[in-house]
Amino acid sequence: MFRYEYYLRNKHFPHIWCTGCGCGIILKSLLRAIDRSALSKDEIALISGIGCSSRTPGYVDFNTLHTTHGRALAFATGLKLAKPDLKVIVVSGDGDATAIGGNHFIHTARRNIDITAIIYNNHIYGMTGGQASPTTPLGKRGSTAPYGSIEPDFDISGLAIAAGASFVARSTCYHAVQLDKFIEKGLSKKGFSLIEVLSPCPTYYSRPNRLGTAVDMMRWYKENSIPFARAKDMSAEERRDKVITGILHDIERPEFCEEYKRLTERVKGT
Amino acid sequence: MTSSNNTDTRLMTGNEACAEAALVAGMRFFAGYPITPSSEIAEVLARKLPSSGGVFIQMEDEIGSIAAIIGASLAGVKAMTATSGPGFSLMQENIGYAAMTEVPVVIVNVQRGGPSTGLPTLPSQSDVMQARWGTHGDHPVIAVVPSTVYETFVWTIKAFNFSEQYRVPVIVLLDEIIAHINEKITIPAHDELAIIDRTLSSQPPESYLPYKNTPSGVPLFAGFGTGYRYHVTGLCHDETGFPSSNARIVEELYLRLNRKIDQHRNDIIEYQTLDLDDAEICIVAYGSSARSAQRAVRIARQDGIKVGLFKPFVLWPFPGEELAELTRKAKTIIVPEMNLGQIAHEVSCATRKDVVSVNRVDGTLITPQEIVKRIYDVQV
Repeated sequence: MFRYEYYLRNKHFPHIWCTGCGCGIILKSLLRAIDRSALSKDEIALISGIGCSSRTPGYVDFNTLHTTHGRALAFATGLKLAKPDLKVIVVSGDGDATAIGGNHFIHTARRNIDITAIIYNNHIYGMTGGQASPTTPLGKRGSTAPYGSIEPDFDISGLAIAAGASFVARSTCYHAVQLDKFIEKGLSKKGFSLIEVLSPCPTYYSRPNRLGTAVDMMRWYKENSIPFARAKDMSAEERRDKVITGILHDIERPEFCEEYKRLTERVKGT
Repeated sequence: MTSSNNTDTRLMTGNEACAEAALVAGMRFFAGYPITPSSEIAEVLARKLPSSGGVFIQMEDEIGSIAAIIGASLAGVKAMTATSGPGFSLMQENIGYAAMTEVPVVIVNVQRGGPSTGLPTLPSQSDVMQARWGTHGDHPVIAVVPSTVYETFVWTIKAFNFSEQYRVPVIVLLDEIIAHINEKITIPAHDELAIIDRTLSSQPPESYLPYKNTPSGVPLFAGFGTGYRYHVTGLCHDETGFPSSNARIVEELYLRLNRKIDQHRNDIIEYQTLDLDDAEICIVAYGSSARSAQRAVRIARQDGIKVGLFKPFVLWPFPGEELAELTRKAKTIIVPEMNLGQIAHEVSCATRKDVVSVNRVDGTLITPQEIVKRIYDVQV
């Protein structure tokens, strides 16, 4: 029988996350997906950078590595190449992954190394007090964008697809059941898989932007999410300010660890 | 074949010797980013690692390179990167991470002129203080400074040994001259070389404490994916590896991290002396500058001047006590270095003697004649 406690480092609770934060929802979804994937705790390495979501590894009973800001994917690349039989999972936030870690993000996707990255997108730097991030929507406020952001925001999933990821899906904290499936698919995908999850930050994103409580945010996700299959036939105007959820990209591409293994065999053969 | 059939004598550059030695030391993971004058180290390893059961990866930048080698080292693999000044600057945050999390890694910095892009193809010794204090915070580090191709071979292996034994980042400070000079070296037979591996925990995983103090101050290692599930963080942590901001625990951590090098400094520090016994003038020189200093001592000795040389192989921890003892009778100390006096200051603090600097920051080697001239100057 599935029990969260089996995967958690129970004595390290309570966690540091605010009431209404999406981090716990995503953590539980990740654990359900891992359980369904029948992976052992010893074969999982969970790696993170810096930020709220990056505190996740401390709470789970795997090989866990809490690294420097933005660099989780580069640490993960080294660990995965050195020990390819590990199932390497990275959890990261929008700022960690696409601002300070943007270079590692695109190159990890380009190499298509067998790592599953779960990016918690709450549109803000939560840990440091609500500064604007690369995914703060145009016009929305953060503590460093008091008059509203004048920068266009990043499409995290689109960035991963363009850079070469072989599996990309987007979901929200409201769609927890769907999220389980996407993470499970990502874990079983050979190659770089990325799951973007829209996650509420009631403390630092909803409040300055008058978006209500955590419950209001969940309602917003419910009412403004459009499945990818339906969104494909919609106009750009209809898609504006909506969240396109679903498996956005799923292709077969040579995976980096396997390519490296092939290279070593070729070199040794000659 | 002649009588030399038991020895392996070759002509090679410092960069080649560094790469070859790393393989002998057991290094099986290299991540790097192209940068002059270090690139040949990556090029040699890109050719050799795939057939040696190792991994070579060219990362997207130097920050990614050091991150990747730390990740690989956590899997229990000896790992290295090589760079030069600008890349070394980029690596500093994660060098601190390796120091804090006690992950063994070796970083080669082939020094060139700086700051900034500086003199990409010309030598310098201006990163010696950055090697010690480049990352933020109080932290332990070991840096070695070979001055010949042979020494580069030997000290690259020792760098790995230090790194494994004390679980610290170790920095190999080369410079453009040693990196690119071709010298004949006789590679020591493998059984003559001591190769040290990190000490693994034999505790059952349930009772393993990843940062528990030991008599040596160095915690026992367990590789990721070997059944020991534990937490590694750059945050201050207790012996379980989990974050703590408890004042007592935090202080204990910092003191242990530094103590584990301090208490072994006599095992780490190594230097060479030349004609120092009766020397009234002592030259302290390291890296390429030591080559000229050695020649300068010979020239001046021919004129009957009592001059000697102190040449450290390990620059950090600094051999200050040893230097002070050996130069007790000396009146003057001359420090030739390709920077504006970074080690001269350290020598002055350690010896309280009159220290004369010979500096060059124009991308040219300090010649023996320049040092000889200064010897005559202070002699008068």
